[in-house]
Amino acid sequence: MGIIKTNEAFITTRLDQIIAWARKNSLWPMPMGISCCAIEMMSFAGPRFDCARFGSEAFRFSPRQSDLMIVAGTVTYKMSHVVRKIYDQMPDPKWVIAMGACTSTGGMYRSYSVVQGIDLFIPVDVYVAGCPPRPDNLINGLIQIQKKIARGEKPGQSNKVFIPENSFIHERKTA
Amino acid sequence: MKERLLNKLNNHFKDSIESVSEFRNEITLVIKKDDIVDVCKFLRDDEELSFDSLRDVCGADQFKSENRFEVIYNLYSLKNKFRIRLKVHIDEQNPHVQSITSVWPTANFEEREVYDMFGIIFDGHPDLRRIYMPEEFEYYPLRKDFPLMGIPGSLVLPRK
Repeated sequence: MGIIKTNEAFITTRLDQIIAWARKNSLWPMPMGISCCAIEMMSFAGPRFDCARFGSEAFRFSPRQSDLMIVAGTVTYKMSHVVRKIYDQMPDPKWVIAMGACTSTGGMYRSYSVVQGIDLFIPVDVYVAGCPPRPDNLINGLIQIQKKIARGEKPGQSNKVFIPENSFIHERKTA
Repeated sequence: MKERLLNKLNNHFKDSIESVSEFRNEITLVIKKDDIVDVCKFLRDDEELSFDSLRDVCGADQFKSENRFEVIYNLYSLKNKFRIRLKVHIDEQNPHVQSITSVWPTANFEEREVYDMFGIIFDGHPDLRRIYMPEEFEYYPLRKDFPLMGIPGSLVLPRK
């Protein structure tokens, strides 16, 4: 139980909840931009889609300072060792978004050189569909990670989230 | 340009040229394997022809019992704005051909690529290593008898 004093009043909360609240609103992504999905990831960071609204504007090019890896692109067997090394260098708790078809399943590269899904060598929390996914879909992936953190889930657990293509448009139509 | 080129080559390398073919104004010459460096050197150094740019070196697997592989050189003359294609047939039993890195240094990476994908050995190449696949990979992926999804266990993933 932690107590936060303000000038006029105070709020009571649980320590792990306030840590989770802080964590989920300052997810610093490690941009693992390997191919064309990286362009949409840059758009997700840029002013139009603006992931700063979700506290994720600080893309860290050092894995030591990031806690969310967005794997954006085709991961070959040769690259898989690099992805794993960077994942290993990130401090816990660390989260992984598999962005796009190639990253999640190998996509159209059904071939000897491409890993058929990065969950073969690192734990993935959210899969985002699309080739490439629209930036708003990646924002939805980020929100799902935030929800996971708020619920107190551990990263890499079984509760995977699969985001279909154009998920926001579908939600708007059904709402 | 075409006639001048063929005349010159016929004068100098009559025995080296196996065949000449033309398709949609693209000239393809099949050269004897042992003479490829000399032909390339002549095409580059001749004042009039001046094929100064090696645009690409690639391989092909025809999957035949003899002369299974081809190495294809695409040349371009900046002076004459003219392209030709040279081909060399290579047998599976003896997959060796002379490197042309001494003529055009840009052939270095391209010959490494052909070596990586087809297993053709370029004699005289300064640094013949694999360029795409990992060093310890044992197969040649663009050969026709290599399965599309690869050979299980030949490429290792990191531990989970």
